[in-house]
Amino acid sequence: MHARITADPIDPAAVLGRVGSERDGAALLFVGVVRNHDEGRAVAGMRYDTYEEMAADVLEAIAREAAERGTGADVAVVHRYGELSVGDVSVAIAVASPHRAESFDASRYVIEEIKKRLPVWKKERYVGGEAQWKDGVVPARPVEAEGS
Amino acid sequence: MTISVRALFFAAYRDVVGSKEMRVDLPAGTTVSGLVSHLRGLGDPYSALPASPAIALNRTYVGESATLGDGDEVAFIPPVAGG
Repeated sequence: MHARITADPIDPAAVLGRVGSERDGAALLFVGVVRNHDEGRAVAGMRYDTYEEMAADVLEAIAREAAERGTGADVAVVHRYGELSVGDVSVAIAVASPHRAESFDASRYVIEEIKKRLPVWKKERYVGGEAQWKDGVVPARPVEAEGS
Repeated sequence: MTISVRALFFAAYRDVVGSKEMRVDLPAGTTVSGLVSHLRGLGDPYSALPASPAIALNRTYVGESATLGDGDEVAFIPPVAGG
């Protein structure tokens, strides 16, 4: 298992190279990329901010949970922050498992949990110069004991 | 007795308060919601923070009734948008 948050460009093939062994009959690579449009507006790029120390912990927890789902999978995930341009890779998730179902399941789990709880924010820069924070998801809070 | 915590602000909340970090002195026993009320009570620009933001205490999400301790790192977490 491997999880990292970094300001450096991501090499998806290198992330894929971190998973898999002779027991695995499936390997899957998901790549998130900055696109040139959003809700009808032309996008020039994206700035990703993060709470780096916490994001490293959360990403590792997500990867561990994904690896322990079902019959188990090998998981590597790298998320980038900083100034990104259209076409740049923002996240790469590689998974390997004996059969394909566990790989699809673990890969989906990692990206969905990133969306729900990884402390990362993105400010979209539009063609023309305007910029704004993208709407996000409020992370779930732990359930609190009554009367404590 | 007084405790001192570090409040951290990110992304849109950093834009609201105009700084990324501040030291806050509070009475011992203050909870997360007590800190949020205290800051909002300072007036502009802190009053523009939400009444019930997501909070990470020492890098872990917590509920509003969590009690703060001296030296704690209390992060105000805007809605997240990774991926």
